[in-house]
Amino acid sequence: MTGETLIDLQGLTKVYGTGAASFKALRGVDLSIQRGEFVAVMGPSGSGKSTLMNLLGCLDSPTSGSYRFKGIEVESLNKDQRSLIRRHALGFIFQGFNLLARTSALENVELPLLYRGYTRKRRHELARQALASVGLLDKERNTPAELSGGQQQRVAIARAIVTSPETLFADEPTGNLDSKTTREIMELLCRLNSDHGISIIMVTHEDDVAAYAKRVIHVRDGLISDDFQNGHAAPPHPADA
Amino acid sequence: MINMLLNALLIAVREIRRNLTRSFLTVIGIVIGVAAVVTMVTLGRGATETIKGEISKMGSNLLILRPGQGWFSRGVDQFSIDDLDAIRTQINGVADLAPFVQSNATAVFQENSSNFDVQGTTSNYFKIGNWEISKGRIFTEEEVANASSVCVIGETIRKKLFENIDPIGQRIRLGDNSATVIGVTAAKGQGGFGDDLDDNVIIPYTALVRRQTGSQGGRFVSQVMISGEDGFPSAQIVAEVTLLMRERRHISLNEQDDFNVFDSQQLADVVTSSTKVMTSLLGAVAGVSLLVGGIGIMNIMLVSVTERTREIGIRLAIGARAREVLLQFLVEAVTLSCIGGIAGILLAYGLCHALVKVVGTPFIFDPTINIIAFVFSAAIGILFGFMPARRAAALDPIDALRHE
Repeated sequence: MTGETLIDLQGLTKVYGTGAASFKALRGVDLSIQRGEFVAVMGPSGSGKSTLMNLLGCLDSPTSGSYRFKGIEVESLNKDQRSLIRRHALGFIFQGFNLLARTSALENVELPLLYRGYTRKRRHELARQALASVGLLDKERNTPAELSGGQQQRVAIARAIVTSPETLFADEPTGNLDSKTTREIMELLCRLNSDHGISIIMVTHEDDVAAYAKRVIHVRDGLISDDFQNGHAAPPHPADA
Repeated sequence: MINMLLNALLIAVREIRRNLTRSFLTVIGIVIGVAAVVTMVTLGRGATETIKGEISKMGSNLLILRPGQGWFSRGVDQFSIDDLDAIRTQINGVADLAPFVQSNATAVFQENSSNFDVQGTTSNYFKIGNWEISKGRIFTEEEVANASSVCVIGETIRKKLFENIDPIGQRIRLGDNSATVIGVTAAKGQGGFGDDLDDNVIIPYTALVRRQTGSQGGRFVSQVMISGEDGFPSAQIVAEVTLLMRERRHISLNEQDDFNVFDSQQLADVVTSSTKVMTSLLGAVAGVSLLVGGIGIMNIMLVSVTERTREIGIRLAIGARAREVLLQFLVEAVTLSCIGGIAGILLAYGLCHALVKVVGTPFIFDPTINIIAFVFSAAIGILFGFMPARRAAALDPIDALRHE
């Protein structure tokens, strides 16, 4: 929370397809996100919020414009280089959890560490730490099919934070969860943001989920239509907290 | 790089373990293919060796001069001892030769009797015909010259006539005459045509001619056994013997031979090359099953890449590079085909050991075919694992993640 610029977008566009069938998903987005922020990206479906998310998460490359992540010109990176940014600086949480089936929670969580080439001992140590921080240490042997939705999402969060990333991308992280579990997951994300200083960028279309974020960005028709700091950066339901 | 490979191996082994049914189906094609190839070729090699052994039982470098063409020799003049002397003195490359006078008689010892072949010959015959002596001795040149009443009996005769009695020194009745047993030949077993090679009595030809068949004007030799010198081309001996015999038998230029020369080396070559053709043919058929197994691997890899697109998406999203995913799939395919290759070779050994007992051929380990089958299965894994893996690695992480 040093106020250092994490993400800087200048006139970012993304066009899908070519010629008459082409579709402009993003039409010149300017955006700046500081380190340590918790940003919710909102917007109706088709607004371009998912496209923006994929570009920010280095999963895709823009058609034009510039994207600097910590000063690195992401738009000029190739696929492999973007993979390495994701590996070393980013964590991902998805709506559908995206855990490996028939694979234990521990092995799912240690997956990113495998690609970092850590030793078995170090992998297990870090994976257990991450599972402990989401409160699932006792479920390390369970496969996704043996876990509830909320537990699966917590395993996914453990997988995302096991590498101690600076930035966490969450794409509708509570989209498949009931309201009680949603609250648990969102409180977990808030804690990661406030206690560990992890920047979080989250796509959602639910206002009460967005309310957990410190800053809310609205995307409409490929442009940012609204961008404001949340009045209360704390959980919106003090009575439940 | 080494780390990346070890990682890929670790991930690949995890994925194989996690999907045992799929892995089993992938492997089974290779197992069957490799087992078929190795079994066929190993059995083929065993059969070739068996046939070679049968032929060498007849004697090495053996040529047999017989009257007539083919199997029919009735009414054709046989050979004389002078013919033998002519061959011995005039033809190069002849190591030894022996006359062979065939007769048939009933042998009697006490209450036991047996019908068998009487073979009249010289002491050379034992060497030429690869006869070993298990008991006693062979007859001497003097005994041949004196037409002594001695005989060497085959193992079958020994069993029939003597059972547990020591045959050496016993006299047996041969038709109208009698002879003293001086030796027993070691068993050769069955000949190439299923005949019993040990059902015979060998006596000096002089004794046989004098006693049983009469001289027929000196042309009483039904076969001349000739052994060539080691390394001397048998075809040349055949050609020279043929020329000599035409001359001695007064066959004019436009007449056909009334005798034939059988060349065991030639037979061995023909039989060996035809079993080799047979082995390659069987191997090729088995090779097709290996190829089908490989296509099975490719098929399952392709399907599994489709099924596993989300997994690929997850791996890419959390920071795996395309080449790491490629390597993982490649290592999976190679590991599976190597497991299949090893299992196939082991299965082939089981099959060979079982079949060798049924077929009755020796078990001959052929490292070449094992290596070929193994390398081929690994190559199939690399080739067929690479293509779908490349497709997998080329996917965009988002597309892969959205895939249902």
